[in-house]
Amino acid sequence: MQATTHAIPHTGVHEAHHSDAGFWRTYIFSTDHKVIGIQYGLTSLTFLLIGFCLMLVMRWQIAHPGEPVPVIGGLLEAVLGDVAAKGVMSNELYNSFGAMHGTIMIFLGVVPLAFAAFGNYVVPLMIGAPDMAFPRINMASYHVFVLGGLVMLVSFFIPGGAAQAGWTSYSPLATSIATDGQTFWLIGMVLLITSSLLGAVNFIATIIQLRAPGMTWMRLPFFVWAQFVTAFLLLLAFPPLEAAGIMQLMDKVAGTSFFLPTGLAIGGDLANVSGGGSPLLWQHLFWFLGHPEVYVLILPAMGIVAEVISNNTRKPIWGYKSLVYSALAIGFLSFIVWAHHMYLTGMGTKVATFFQTTTMIISIPSVIILTCMFISLWGGSIRFNTPMLFVLAFLPMFGIGGLTGLPLGFSYSDIHLHDTYYVIAHFHYIVAPGTIFALFAGIYYWFPKMTGRKMNEFWGRVHFWLSFIFMNLVFQPMFAQGMSGMLRRMADGGAMYSATANARAGAGVIGGLTDYIMSLHTYILWAAVGLALAQIPFIVNLFWSLRNGPKVKSDNPWRSTTLEWQTPTPPPHGNFAEPPRVYRGPYEYSVPGHPTDYTPQNVPEK
Amino acid sequence: MDIPYTVDTRPDTGLYNAKAGIWLFLASEVMLFGALFSAYILLRVGAPEGLWPLGWLNVPLGTINTLVLITSSITTVMAWAALKVNQFDRFKLFHGITLLCALIFVGIKSFEYYDKFTHYEVTLKDGRIADGHLKEATDTHVTISGRFVEEREELYDLHKHKAHGHETITIAREDIEKLSNYGPRHNTYMAIYFTLTGLHALHVIGGAIVIGYLWGPGSRLWRKDPERFTNRIEISGLFWHFVDLVWIFLFPILYLL
Ligand code: HEM
Ligand SMILES: [Cu+2]
Repeated sequence: MQATTHAIPHTGVHEAHHSDAGFWRTYIFSTDHKVIGIQYGLTSLTFLLIGFCLMLVMRWQIAHPGEPVPVIGGLLEAVLGDVAAKGVMSNELYNSFGAMHGTIMIFLGVVPLAFAAFGNYVVPLMIGAPDMAFPRINMASYHVFVLGGLVMLVSFFIPGGAAQAGWTSYSPLATSIATDGQTFWLIGMVLLITSSLLGAVNFIATIIQLRAPGMTWMRLPFFVWAQFVTAFLLLLAFPPLEAAGIMQLMDKVAGTSFFLPTGLAIGGDLANVSGGGSPLLWQHLFWFLGHPEVYVLILPAMGIVAEVISNNTRKPIWGYKSLVYSALAIGFLSFIVWAHHMYLTGMGTKVATFFQTTTMIISIPSVIILTCMFISLWGGSIRFNTPMLFVLAFLPMFGIGGLTGLPLGFSYSDIHLHDTYYVIAHFHYIVAPGTIFALFAGIYYWFPKMTGRKMNEFWGRVHFWLSFIFMNLVFQPMFAQGMSGMLRRMADGGAMYSATANARAGAGVIGGLTDYIMSLHTYILWAAVGLALAQIPFIVNLFWSLRNGPKVKSDNPWRSTTLEWQTPTPPPHGNFAEPPRVYRGPYEYSVPGHPTDYTPQNVPEK
Repeated sequence: MDIPYTVDTRPDTGLYNAKAGIWLFLASEVMLFGALFSAYILLRVGAPEGLWPLGWLNVPLGTINTLVLITSSITTVMAWAALKVNQFDRFKLFHGITLLCALIFVGIKSFEYYDKFTHYEVTLKDGRIADGHLKEATDTHVTISGRFVEEREELYDLHKHKAHGHETITIAREDIEKLSNYGPRHNTYMAIYFTLTGLHALHVIGGAIVIGYLWGPGSRLWRKDPERFTNRIEISGLFWHFVDLVWIFLFPILYLL
């Protein structure tokens, strides 16, 4: 008899074990990586919801500019004051919501969920470690993260409101808008960067130092590799943004001119600054982080996808080594593509050609990874459970997102597409039905390990199908809107440039966004509402299953090979009943001649 | 529960955990200062001909500070080496010197800052420019000890236009067009100077706090767990070397070039 080391579920042991430390030490000031992972998970899910709600209000404004926001219009006015007078969103409020939607979704939602939450919970278990290398730094990282999030949230309620210059905060715009929201944004960002720095150091040190005996580099599950590269991106790409943030903060509060050019006029008057600064400098520093950041968003998702696919096709993942080398190549190359976000800044065609070339090169490893995942499906006897459904949807959705990135990567086609809804559609395909679907898959997949119960399968499927349909209804039309020239970040959804408005303006003004393109706004609005409703089954399921989900009958309900399933359920403080030793690679599924169709990594050779 | 390799080294990586951690942390610090250095280069290259300040800082003071930091780097190594051969008293001595050096550095730096904040450029309504240290400021007039210059450029390249002699200049408030001290907002050179050295100074202060702790109350660990304590000194020493190294770059680009 080999199979799992612990056939009897240890549910119940957990509560008994933790209660002796007291509430505060157990849930708030815990140094246990699993508790910190769950803290990160719940916090970032909350932020995702907040960011989504901001966007819903904006979609209303885009489809019905100048009309009071239904249902919550009164509330907005009561809480935010004049910027939402009579329940109508002002342009300033639209800009605030837009900037904060992007900031919250990326820095407070997806990254902490993908990297900090899953990474914290799963990585030490997968490599057979008792905890992270620096548990107290781990706790500090979470607390600084919460602080950064609070600073961001508080900025909504200060006079002038939250930051309005987009998540990219281009100077001089960001510096000259008369609100302290930008100062809050910068302080918030410095805190978030500090938090992710602490996390990144901890992750890398843990993976280097705490791998169990026998866990060689090429026996690491791909998820661990993905998190490893991600941690390096965070470690090395974030500090330049921190530097840029410090400089913009100096511009804002100490009156310096790092990013303010000579002769800058604000509202028609010459600004009282020394000048001599460089707006392009901000863009370079921002995108030096910005591009690696998009791989921070996607690599952990790819890691989850690899785990779920091999587990549910009951096959080794196809091309493990190519996956690993591709992830490393992506990590390296992502540092030299950043200026493809700046083709239209006039930085020169030679520079543009260089970055266009590197951009095309980096798409090769991305394609390799996606192809390996597709090939892994070939000939597998696929189990279609909820995590697998999300993962199967991830593949084509990420494909759409990636392929539509190519025209953006060529400087000549980007001239037409830059700053339009096409860009919005492109990266949302990657982050929303791409990354976020993979994160949902991760939640459904690891929930049994965290709680000892499975989530409800039926409502999981409902959640999946509705999300899948509405997601596409929301983002697909944006490609069309963008290609016909609709710009992003317009508080009236482009009504000012519509054919109707132009016709009204009288003779001589022709063209503009057609009625059809404008009418898509309405569909998108209702699809977004549908998408919101589709999340209700998930939220209810998540909490309801904590107590009422079907209990798992073993520690390894998915019959998986990786180490996180070879622990008691949920794993106690210190994780493993006895220190594990690793004898084999991560994906030994369906090995011919074995009694079971999976062989966990810690099962000794005969 | 014990986390492996907190004190002894892992054979295949040759590191204990904290050492892996500090190297990673320093890598990120390199990127942080690297970004500021590239900002310096971009601003300098982008400055109009003749309007990048030269010779604005006190080279002798900068040199002393450089020597002070180098000394402190040497003493941290000596302190660590002393622990390795079990000489706790020598450790105390050398690390005491390190701490002292850190304080001297911060002291000199504060004096330099103070000097800049009291240094004013006064543009008069008739177009003349006066430049010097503030002596007195009242509601009606401002007194500085300095000189008048013909062209603004003269204030920029002090290698070429050395200031000869100081006179006391009193200017009536109503004649003043603009009064600006050499703080961060004076121009982009002062901005990057204060940002770079300020961030560096914060690192020095942070390092001094850690060193002070390990020299004082933290050194009790020596008796309980000497190996662990020695590791801590090594880690803080690595950080201190880095802080030193940053200054080795800062000194020439800000003071000399
Ligand atoms: C094959 C790969 C990809 C290529 C060639 C590509 C190319 C581009 C280019 C050139 C832009 C700038 C468009 C413009 O502003 O005019 C862009 C925008 C963007 N991409 Fe991608 N991309 C790729 C993959 C990704 C991935 C994996 C993500 C991550 C999740 C991502 C997220 C984004 C984001 C967030 C923006 C918008 C930034 C903004 O606010 O301006 N992209 N992409
Ligand atoms: Cu990019």
